[in-house]
Amino acid sequence: MNWSSWSEFFAMGGHAPYVWGSYGVTFLLMAIEVFLLRRRRNAVMRRIRRLARMQRETNE
Amino acid sequence: MRLFSKDFWFQFASPKTFYPFAGKLIPWFAGVAAVLTLVGLYIGFFVAPVDYQQGNSYRVMFIHVPAAWMSMFIYVVMCAYAALGLVLNTRLSDMMAAALAPTGAMFTFVALWTGALWGRPTWGTYWVWDARLTSELILLFLYLGYMALRSAIDDPRRASRASGLLALVGVINVPIIYFSVKWWNTLHQGASVSLTSAPTMAKTMFAAMIVMTFAFWAYAIAVALYRVRLIILERERHARWVVELAERER
Repeated sequence: MNWSSWSEFFAMGGHAPYVWGSYGVTFLLMAIEVFLLRRRRNAVMRRIRRLARMQRETNE
Repeated sequence: MRLFSKDFWFQFASPKTFYPFAGKLIPWFAGVAAVLTLVGLYIGFFVAPVDYQQGNSYRVMFIHVPAAWMSMFIYVVMCAYAALGLVLNTRLSDMMAAALAPTGAMFTFVALWTGALWGRPTWGTYWVWDARLTSELILLFLYLGYMALRSAIDDPRRASRASGLLALVGVINVPIIYFSVKWWNTLHQGASVSLTSAPTMAKTMFAAMIVMTFAFWAYAIAVALYRVRLIILERERHARWVVELAERER
């Protein structure tokens, strides 16, 4: 085991900003990408339904 | 043999057949990505020892190297799909190329960002205009240029031709990135992992890096499949099966 306590783990031997700045931004970007994809899916589905509704209305 | 018939393979080139097939694959790749990330982080932080020269800052490597590999690998795969789309005129290949670009750009940015944060304690600087760093920055611009060009052209067929050509021309940058540390004197260290020799690092460090690489790989596949499904829906929005699917989902 590398660390004797959690505070030692978070300090990363004085390199905390570099290590956590790297891991934090990486996983944040991945989370944002997944969030944006889900939002885009909802928007696409809404748009398709709206187009279909308009199509039906013009056909009537 | 079904596997050797042309029809068997070409059915996956149809967006309508590919859509549900990709949907089934996504949870598996997402699950593998999550599990491997946890395993990789555990090995990287709790099993791999402190580096005697760099201290703990070297732990950035476990995401920096996999992200840099993925940034180049995704570009090559994207380029292969773009080439397939240009030659065979298959719409799905072009959609796959488009689906890979944002994720490739994301990994390129991560490689640059983590490289800067690792460079500061190790080299004393966040950035230097050396061959490896500069060619990786150009890779980011290639991804962004590819995406910008696509969205700037309204006609999807013309957009895929133009952006496909840009992707093909840009692939020359990938070997330049890879060999830059050999061809030029750079601040960036040479490859510590190669196919021809044993890795020059502790086994546990190597393990963390490889596990994170497969985690990023699985993540990239899951996200690209999710995005290609959205592109299929957008492009085929007038098709009956797409409308029925959207109305069913309400």
